[in-house]
Amino acid sequence: MIGRLPIAKMLAVVVVMTAAMSAVMLSINWDGQEASTAAPKIDQLLDVMIVLSSFVFSLVIVMLFYALWKFKAKPGDESDGEPIHGNTKLEIAWTVIPTIIVLFGAGYSWSVLHDIEKPDKHHLTVDVFSQQYAWSFGYPGKDNVYSQGELHVPVDEQIQFKMHAQDVIHSFWVPEWRIKKDNVPGITTTAIVTPDKLGTYELICTELCGFGHASMRAKVVVETPAKFEEWVGGLKEKVPAPLAESITQDTESNPAPLNAGGA
Amino acid sequence: MTAAIKQPGWIRGALGAILGAAFGFALVVAIRKASGLPAYQTEQTGYPQVVVPLITGPLGFLLGFGAFDYWLRWAVGMPTIPEDHSQHGAKSWKDYFRFNTDHKVIGIQYVCTTFFFFFIGGLLAMLIRAELAQPGTQIVDAATFNSLFSTHAAIMIFLFVIPVFAGLANYVLPLMIGAPDMAFPRLNALSFWMLPLAGLLFIGSFLAPGGAFDAGWTGYAPLSTGAPLGQSFFNLGVQFAGASSIATALNFLVTIITMRAPGMTFWRMPLLVWANLSTSLLVVAATPFIAGVQFMVLFDRALHTNFFQFAGGGDVVSYQHIFWFYSHPAVYIMMLPGFGIISEVISTHARKPIFGYRLMALALIGIVVLSYSVWAHHMFVAGMFSWLRVPMMITTLLIAVPTGIKIFSWLGTLYFGKIHTYSTAMLFALAFIVTFTIGGISGVMLGMVPIDIHVSDTYFIVAHIHFVLFGGSVFTIFAGVYHWFPKMTGRMYDEKLGRVHFWGTLFGTWVTFIPMHWIGMDGMPRRVADYASQFGNWNLLISCGAFILGAVQLVFLYNMIVSWRFGPKASGNPWRANSIEWQVSSPPPIFNFDEIPRVVGGPYEFGVPGARHAIMAGESVETPAPAQATTVGSAQ
Repeated sequence: MIGRLPIAKMLAVVVVMTAAMSAVMLSINWDGQEASTAAPKIDQLLDVMIVLSSFVFSLVIVMLFYALWKFKAKPGDESDGEPIHGNTKLEIAWTVIPTIIVLFGAGYSWSVLHDIEKPDKHHLTVDVFSQQYAWSFGYPGKDNVYSQGELHVPVDEQIQFKMHAQDVIHSFWVPEWRIKKDNVPGITTTAIVTPDKLGTYELICTELCGFGHASMRAKVVVETPAKFEEWVGGLKEKVPAPLAESITQDTESNPAPLNAGGA
Repeated sequence: MTAAIKQPGWIRGALGAILGAAFGFALVVAIRKASGLPAYQTEQTGYPQVVVPLITGPLGFLLGFGAFDYWLRWAVGMPTIPEDHSQHGAKSWKDYFRFNTDHKVIGIQYVCTTFFFFFIGGLLAMLIRAELAQPGTQIVDAATFNSLFSTHAAIMIFLFVIPVFAGLANYVLPLMIGAPDMAFPRLNALSFWMLPLAGLLFIGSFLAPGGAFDAGWTGYAPLSTGAPLGQSFFNLGVQFAGASSIATALNFLVTIITMRAPGMTFWRMPLLVWANLSTSLLVVAATPFIAGVQFMVLFDRALHTNFFQFAGGGDVVSYQHIFWFYSHPAVYIMMLPGFGIISEVISTHARKPIFGYRLMALALIGIVVLSYSVWAHHMFVAGMFSWLRVPMMITTLLIAVPTGIKIFSWLGTLYFGKIHTYSTAMLFALAFIVTFTIGGISGVMLGMVPIDIHVSDTYFIVAHIHFVLFGGSVFTIFAGVYHWFPKMTGRMYDEKLGRVHFWGTLFGTWVTFIPMHWIGMDGMPRRVADYASQFGNWNLLISCGAFILGAVQLVFLYNMIVSWRFGPKASGNPWRANSIEWQVSSPPPIFNFDEIPRVVGGPYEFGVPGARHAIMAGESVETPAPAQATTVGSAQ
């Protein structure tokens, strides 16, 4: 049955189409600027997925349109197709090959995940406080100074964000860092980021938190360690008592990712 | 008048609703008085004097409308007629507005009701896209915007996609397996009548103080536990929709397992029957979870329990675990029946047996089993235990395998066939393969934790779910409606208008949902009324696409209504299909079959010389000879 199809030609079209689609799609910077050590790793995983997806998509398109071109009934033809009920080898192939591909994807993703969440002994801890509809930040290693609506971090140093929500769930996302984590009332959640580009970014709330959700933003400044120290030194306010209390009340049920129990 | 009150129907139903609501109201006030509390409680979330009547009112309506008459009579020992067919079948259009036990009437009731809600949900989508056409807020304020997308999603999911499949299967499935009706016709009718009640609750929430529910269709605690009264309408609406869906699933399971015609072994069932068997297995086991979790939210709101109140010792993340333990299988509840429809349409119009029939059925079962073990992929950034992410990622990616099997098998079915594309149903089925593949691919990407961390809760998610639910489920729904329209109405629809609808829908789907992937990856979060101006042009394009998509649905509506009334009469089997529902007249006789057919072979034996699926009573006289010469009894 398969022998009657121009398999080599069809595969060639699939390969050409995959190459063309990949070439176009890889030339576009989908995720925007990369400003953390995690960003290029995640983007590379995305690129690999784009190539694999282009292949799958091309395969489906070529199979579909070849069939439509070749096996379309002539007008007035009321006869039936050939009584082919299946092909065990082919069915095994399209069960096993996709399994291998997705397991490869899972392994690759796992290694990327492990990589981007590896905690560093030398790191800066920042407390993130979220409430409807504002962000504020505490620096426990820096005498607990407190900043509202503006987050400063030093470049090229691992930051461990400890997140605390005061009312409903919020979510911490800096697209250029590619890192996102929900802030959950009652527990402390952790996100690990190593910013590696100086600049000013935006912190976006990505979990629906009420009517002010769309405007719940904060300014993020990545600066040189010297400038950062200067900025921290200029902060006079300390973390207010209710927020400090929320830190001690929270149960730490989401410790540093993947190093506590799992992998 | 007294006769009208004694007879089940609308007058008694309305009376029941009023009395039920009054009873609930009086009960709350009496208990509160007796406890020394003020009669009314108008705290932001509580309102027991509204919430309890919202339960007792609809129940009173069902009681008055006659949904429980037979059972109550039987329970108290009053005379009942076991073979009472007075509520069966429709002689005029009025019978479609009654408590009717005929699965064919109920099927049409379902499909019409759910499409009514489809257009309501669609209007809400148009409002959403009108607001999002430009950055800034122009048409609605941010709070109303939250209500709009919450009700849009709730209506589309709970009142369109899930029940429309139940409606199509209700009509087709008993005919397909050679059964005279569903196993429990009265339960079937009750299932249907709970649905408009759920719809009234969802839409009625716009009248509640504080506006319609606005915590998303996901209703995450504690946003939902602290939300205004409208949220309780959602909590209760889900109960009615959920109870309806569970009862229907039980009905399908019993019907499929016990009422197949002689000779209809499991391996001779059409794939639509397999698909509904799988879906029903998901519904009966998963839907109680969303019913439960919405009750927990309602109790937190009205009874001051602490399931999800962190200040009272509750656990916030556990809401999401319970919710998604239903709502991920629900994705397959919204997809598997569509898979069944596509198998029927493609096999019939390609004039070919389904490629790898048994693997197709096993893939459905594989999806059912796997779908219970993937729910936490919605929670990769939710702050759950971090080790749970990797196993959930692996199962999530593995579920692409049975789904891929289905795609490849449909493609394989086309090969060496005689593909006819004159039917709009076939066009939607073929386009479904492409759009659903894209939805599947983005699903695999989302399954990978590192990519999900970046795009979770962005427009990439919105793009994915619309490619899966619109480009996937809704395309299969259109395929199914067009395919069985002649059977259900006895009329043919207009293929020219069908083509306009098809190409418009395909174009609108791509223009609307493809760019959503891009803006999501580039940093636009979902569920926002306002966004950064850099996304302005893309959003304008998306809104234009959405308006085209919306407008072209009116062509569909016109085609359906006019064709139902004036279309040319349909023959029993206009698509020359093999399955049993096509071997009876269009529409089928009131009790489906004079004599139960005898099944003698598989359902897709196109091109097999002499093969038969079923032998109908008195067949040699009635049925026109199929394309290939066949004689009764020559089947394997």
